[in-house]
Amino acid sequence: MPYAERSPQVALFVTCLVDMFRPEIGFASISLLQQAGCSVEVPERQTCCGQPAFNSGDRSSTRDIARQTIEAFDGYEFVVGPSGSCIGMLHHYPELFETDDPWHARALDLKARAFEITSFLVDVLQFRGVQSDFNGQISYHDSCAGLRELGIKTQPRALLSQVAGLQLNEMDESETCCGFGGTFCVKYPDISNRMVENKTANTAATGAGTLVGGDLGCLLNMAGKLKRQGHDIQTRHVVEILAGQNSLAAIGEAQARQPATAASPYDLAKQL
Amino acid sequence: MQITSPAFKQNARIALQDASLQKALGNLKAGFPVKRAQALERLPEFDALRDEARDLKNHILENLDLYLEQFESKVQQQGGHVHWCRSSDDACKTILDICKQVDARTVTKGKSMVSEEINLNEYLEKNGVTPVETDLGEYILQLRGDHPSHIIAPAIHLNLEDVSEAFHQHHHRPKSDDPAVLMREAREVLREQFVAADVGITGANFLVAETGSTLIVTNEGNGDLTQTLPKTHIVVTSIEKVVPTLEDMTLFLRLLARSATGQEFTVYNTLSSGPRREDDPDGPENFHVVLVDNGRSDMLGGDFQDMLRCIRCSACMNHCPVYGAVGGHSYGWVYPGPMGSVLTPQMVGIDQAALLPNASTFCGKCESVCPVRIPLPKLMRHWRDREFEQYLSPKAVRYGIGGWAFLAKRPALYRWLSLGANLALRLLGGKKGRIHRLPLGAGWTDGRDMPAPSGKTFMQQWQAQQKTQQKMQQEHSL
Ligand code: SF4
Repeated sequence: MPYAERSPQVALFVTCLVDMFRPEIGFASISLLQQAGCSVEVPERQTCCGQPAFNSGDRSSTRDIARQTIEAFDGYEFVVGPSGSCIGMLHHYPELFETDDPWHARALDLKARAFEITSFLVDVLQFRGVQSDFNGQISYHDSCAGLRELGIKTQPRALLSQVAGLQLNEMDESETCCGFGGTFCVKYPDISNRMVENKTANTAATGAGTLVGGDLGCLLNMAGKLKRQGHDIQTRHVVEILAGQNSLAAIGEAQARQPATAASPYDLAKQL
Repeated sequence: MQITSPAFKQNARIALQDASLQKALGNLKAGFPVKRAQALERLPEFDALRDEARDLKNHILENLDLYLEQFESKVQQQGGHVHWCRSSDDACKTILDICKQVDARTVTKGKSMVSEEINLNEYLEKNGVTPVETDLGEYILQLRGDHPSHIIAPAIHLNLEDVSEAFHQHHHRPKSDDPAVLMREAREVLREQFVAADVGITGANFLVAETGSTLIVTNEGNGDLTQTLPKTHIVVTSIEKVVPTLEDMTLFLRLLARSATGQEFTVYNTLSSGPRREDDPDGPENFHVVLVDNGRSDMLGGDFQDMLRCIRCSACMNHCPVYGAVGGHSYGWVYPGPMGSVLTPQMVGIDQAALLPNASTFCGKCESVCPVRIPLPKLMRHWRDREFEQYLSPKAVRYGIGGWAFLAKRPALYRWLSLGANLALRLLGGKKGRIHRLPLGAGWTDGRDMPAPSGKTFMQQWQAQQKTQQKMQQEHSL
């Protein structure tokens, strides 16, 4: 274990969706990284990875956001985020700059340090110390960018297999897109809707009570559809399960009475 | 073929509601991808072959002029003719001229997407020559006045009932829904056409520079009858199909059938090298190759050169979830699916076809199955760049992205506004924790709920936590 002895220094890339919709994922990520022996910081100047601009053809805005993000994460040994899609975007940064542009080298440097969280835990840290338990069956959706741009497939499964009591029921077409696609889901709502219908049907067919994935965009999409269709399948991010945050309300479900403290950052602080 | 790409969204909406189309698309999904996966299991070196094919294609594209000239001179040596055509119009005129030279009334045709691309059938008909499609799928479409919706399974959007009805109307025979009966019926009708035709027109999957041969692959054998029976054989094809040697051709053939239908090999692989020689038992007296450029040479050396590696296997569309939902006709022109989303803007203009490269989640499945490793999402993104540069993107997108980028570059402002947005969304979510109807977000909430934020933003909570921690540390040290 190359990094075990010397507490790797990690900057958490929260991602804009997690920041806005599901802070629990951010806290679960911190907790997991700390369990794995990392010292974690959350750089204040981070915002969004720039994917909406990149995929809408707005190169110049994308470059601006990329520069801003590169600076926000300057100097950290690792940059880790709970999203294959946003980390995949950081990996696209070098192609935004000409090779003789100094930003190109900085983008390459960030790319070399940036990891999706399950891949970081498994591939970089060889972490095997997942402590949580989960009583029930889950099914796992392989989000596209993580799967095809970063090769994330076995890592979340390897971590989930350490969770006591958890049973994984693989769904048909777990690797097929759920139809989220960032702006795609609002630009082409009819097609997106059909794609997510296929996904929820495949999920329901597994009999699992919980749908798990590694990218909040997809999870919001699938949770939204499951709820609209009246399924009582819960949707959760993989790090929530790994960090043992199973008693929190699932994505798109009614929160406990004090939503803002549901993730209990204060409890965390008290423990320190 | 009339372009309906600008109506992609309406096309898609209609397609999604078309039960019989959806049934046909379901069959496609259950067929080709599964067979491809099985075929790959039996060929462990598949990925290595893909790398080889990509590299070879790149080499060919770097030296395209040389290989095409070599091909041309070989064809000429063998007594054939090569015609270079810049545009669809040039190509159609050239073909019509050849037909007129031999006083052709009817021509039989093997399946060729290039002939769809240049709109050949319509042109010939207008000029007194009757084209008869002989590929079963194409034949059915011709009877129905329809166009292909897929590049290797042109009639995939139809079901058995549609075929049975079309045959009944045109063949004036008793109706049947037995595929074997229908097949025999088509065969009988087409046999007469094969014999009567003055000219046979086929496409080509590959052109072999070293031998001056053209190759077509089929599963029905109709291509052979098209090219050997009539007096004149015209091959209409595009410039990027040339490969250096027969050996190179076999590399692509190993990839093509497996990627397309999951077959180890296509049933008929027919090489034509010039007109019949004196002691040949059969074959055409005249042999013409019509080389179509139609925008392809403009792609050389630019952002879209990689697209010229395409061998038209259809794997990208067979695996594309968007194609699988809306079918080929929704794309509104000759080439559908991911490869079409890159090619169509090239051929009809991005102003007409911008909706196509946008109709992708960039899930990357197409790239992951492409036998020549074309980075299809990246190429679609290049089109989106062009669209944006040329101010063609919808205003909502331009301003929306611009506004978002403005905020993303200003962390303090971004943070401050996100608190408000977070609160507003939480209020909209109410007790249930999800939003049923989102103002300005109908695209999302028409079909699904929008999960509301589960609490204050992460940054808000994190900063509060940091403060508490600091305070505790201070108290501790006191
Ligand atoms: S782009 Fe690739 S997968 Fe698609 S048809 Fe061409 S060769 Fe086949």
